[in-house]
Amino acid sequence: MGRVFPALAVAVMIGPVLAGLWGAALPAFGHLPSAGFQGPSLIGLQRLIEWRGVVEASVLSVTTGVSATLGSLCIVVLIVSGWSGTMVFTWLQRVLSPLLSVPHAAAAFGLAFLVAPSGWLLRPAALFLGWERPPDMLVVGDPLGLTMTAGLIAKEVPFLLLMTLAALPQADSQKSNLIVQSLGYGRVTGWLKSVFPRVYAQIRLPVYVVLAYSMSVVDVAMILGPTTPPTLSVQIVEWMGSPNLSNRLTAGAGAIWQLVLVLAALLVWRAVERLCACLGRKWAGEGQRDVGDAPARAMGFGFLIFTSGAVLLGLAVVGLWSIAGFWRFPAMVPDTLTLAIWTRHSDDLAATVADTFVVAGIAVAIAMILTVGCLETEYRRRRPMTPAAVWLLYAPLLVPQTAFLPGLQTLLLSFGADTGRAPVVFAHLVFVLPYVFLSLGDPWRAWDTRYATTAAAMGASSTRVLVFVRFPMLVRPLLTAIAIGLAVSVGQYLPTLLIGGGRVATLTTEAVALASGGDRRAIGVFAVAQTLAALFPFALALAVPALVFANRRGMHV
Amino acid sequence: MSEGLVLSNVTIKLAGAEIVAVNRRIGPGEVLTVMGPSGSGKSTLLSYLVGTLPRAFEGAGGIELNGRQLNGLPTNRRRIGILFQDDLLFPHLSVAGNLGFGVPPGPRKDRRQTIEAALDEVGLTGFGPRDPATLSGGQKARVALMRTLLARPEALLLDEPFSRLDADRRTRTRDLVFSITRARALPVLLVTHDAEDAAAAGGEPFLLGG
Repeated sequence: MGRVFPALAVAVMIGPVLAGLWGAALPAFGHLPSAGFQGPSLIGLQRLIEWRGVVEASVLSVTTGVSATLGSLCIVVLIVSGWSGTMVFTWLQRVLSPLLSVPHAAAAFGLAFLVAPSGWLLRPAALFLGWERPPDMLVVGDPLGLTMTAGLIAKEVPFLLLMTLAALPQADSQKSNLIVQSLGYGRVTGWLKSVFPRVYAQIRLPVYVVLAYSMSVVDVAMILGPTTPPTLSVQIVEWMGSPNLSNRLTAGAGAIWQLVLVLAALLVWRAVERLCACLGRKWAGEGQRDVGDAPARAMGFGFLIFTSGAVLLGLAVVGLWSIAGFWRFPAMVPDTLTLAIWTRHSDDLAATVADTFVVAGIAVAIAMILTVGCLETEYRRRRPMTPAAVWLLYAPLLVPQTAFLPGLQTLLLSFGADTGRAPVVFAHLVFVLPYVFLSLGDPWRAWDTRYATTAAAMGASSTRVLVFVRFPMLVRPLLTAIAIGLAVSVGQYLPTLLIGGGRVATLTTEAVALASGGDRRAIGVFAVAQTLAALFPFALALAVPALVFANRRGMHV
Repeated sequence: MSEGLVLSNVTIKLAGAEIVAVNRRIGPGEVLTVMGPSGSGKSTLLSYLVGTLPRAFEGAGGIELNGRQLNGLPTNRRRIGILFQDDLLFPHLSVAGNLGFGVPPGPRKDRRQTIEAALDEVGLTGFGPRDPATLSGGQKARVALMRTLLARPEALLLDEPFSRLDADRRTRTRDLVFSITRARALPVLLVTHDAEDAAAAGGEPFLLGG
C-alpha cells in the first residue's frame, strides 16, 4: 500500500489541471490541427486582443473578483471579531452552515428573482406607487457587475466564516479575547490586534480560493453578470461553445489570459497582505482601545443578515415561482398555486436527478477512498502532511476553472476520447477531492490514537481498528465529508458543461441553461431541485448518526 | 529463556540525547514502577514497548516476553495489554461490546459467558447492555481493565491509569488491578508520578529523568 494513495490523489487532482493548461496553451499559440491550424503562431492571442470587449471583460473579472473577496472577508472579520463567543454568534453559525451547501446557481437565481425590476423586492414599491409594469432599469446584469458581486459575497461569506471558525481554536481566540478585553480593549479592536493575524495565517489559502473563484466564476456571471461584454470567463465559454472551431484559438488565449489575471491578482493580494501586516503591527502597538467598535459590530451584523437574508428570501421566492399559477406583476404572491410545472418537468427532472447523483456518487466514492487512504497511510507511517502537500490540495482550487477546463476538453477531443459521464466524474473529482480532504482531515487527525493502541494491544489488526473503531467513532465527520463532496459535485457547472460535451445534464447545467430563457417557473423547479439535492445529504449526515447512536451518549456532539 | 518481560538495554533518544535507559526483567506477577516528572519519557518508553514510538524518537534495545522476541512485531502481535490514564472505552459500543472486542474469536455462547464472568469478577454483574458513557469513573476503569485482560495479554502496561480517579476509588481500583495481575502471574510495568501508586505496587521504583 504505502505511497499509492497519496500518489493517486495528487495525480487525479493535479493531472487534469496540468493537462488542461497544456491543452489551452496549444491553441493559444495557434496550434489546433483539428481546425487546420499549425502552430506556433500568435493568431489566438491576436484574436483575443482584437476582440472589442477584451479590456472591459478583463477589468470586470478583476473588479468583481477582488470586491467580492474583499467584501466577504470584511463581513466575516466584522462578524467574528464583534460577535464570537456570544449567543447571537452560536445562532448565526447554525443558520449559516446550511447556506454553505446551497449551490451558487440557485443562490444567484434567488437574488435575481429578488432584485430584478419585476422582482419581489420592488413589488411593494410598485404596489404603493401604483405601477402596472416593472420599471425599465438594468439591475440584474448591470454593466459594473455589482449585482453579481453581491451574489458572490452572499455565497462566499458562509464559506469564509466556516473556515474562520475552524481556525479560531488554533489561534487561541477565546483566551486572547479575554486578555485583551481585560486590558480595556473593545471587542473588535482587540480581536483585530491580537487574534486576527493568527487567524488570517490559517485562512489565507481559503481567501485565495475565493479570489480565484470569484474572478473566474461562470454560472453566477451568466445569471447575474453583465452581457455586453460579459466577464472574461463567460466569454471563454461562449467561444468554446461556438460551432466555428477556430474560435477555440481565441478561447485558449483567453484561458491563458484568465490564468495570468488570477495569478497577478493573487500576487498583488499577497503584497497588500504584507503591507497591511506591516501597518497593522504598528497600529497594534499604539494602544488605542476602541476604534469605533459599536458601529463596527452593528455593521457586521447588519451586512451578514442582509446577505444571508437575501439568499434565504431569494430561495423562498424561487420556490414560490416553481408552484406559481397566474402571477400578475405588482402582486406579492401568485393568484393561484399549482404543481403543474413540477408535473410537466417530472420526467426531465427524474432523469436529471439520476444523472446528477450518478456523477456525484461516483466522484465522492472515489474521493472518500483516496482521502481515507491518504489519511490512514499518514497515520500508519507516522509522517504528517508537509506544507507543500497542503498547497497541492489547494492547487486545483486556485487555478481558475476557465483556465484549464477548456483545454482539457480540447485535449480529450483531440485524443478522440469520448465526452460523457466518465470524464465528467473525473473532472468533478478535481474539485470534490480537495473539499472532502479538507473537511475530513482535521477530525481524522484529532482522533485520539490511544484508542487504536488500546485496540491493537488487544490483538486487533490495523484493518480491524480502522473498520470497527475508527470509522464508527468518526461516523459524523465521515458523513459530513460525503455530504460536502456531494454538494460540491451537485453545484459544479463548468466541468459538467465542458467535459460532458452537452451530453451529461445535471440539475445545475439544466438550471443555468434556462437562465437566458427567463421562464421563471421552470427555473424555479430546477433551482429548487438543485438546492434540495445539495441539502438532502447534509440532513442525512445529521440524522443517521443521531438515530444509530441514540443510546450512546459518548457519540453525541 | 526467561519468564516475564525482559528489557535488555532499552534506550530511547530524542534528537540524539538519551532520555530513557532501562535494563530490567519483570517476572510473572511482579510490578516494575517507573517514576519521573512529566516529560521525562515515561509514556515514550511504553510506546516503544507496544511498538508505536513516534518518529521523532530513536529506540533501541531488546524486548522479550516469555522468551518471544518482540522487536519489529506490530502492536497487535505483541500480546502486551495497555491501560491509559483515560478509560478509552469505545463510545459506539455497549459495555458488553467493549469487552467482546477483547475476547478472541470463538463460539458465541462461550464468548457471552466469558464476558459475563468478567463483569461478575469486577462487581459489574448485569452491566453488559449499558452505554459506557453512563458509568462512573471507577466502573469505567474496571471495564477497561477487564477488556484488556480478556484479550489474554502476557504482560500489562499501565500509563498512570489511576490518576483520573478520586482518592477512595483510586485505592480500591489499584488494589483490584494488582490482585488480578498477581493472580494471573502477569508482568506489569506501571508508569506513575504518584508515590502511593509506587508503594502499593511494591518493589524499588525505577526513576527516570532525575
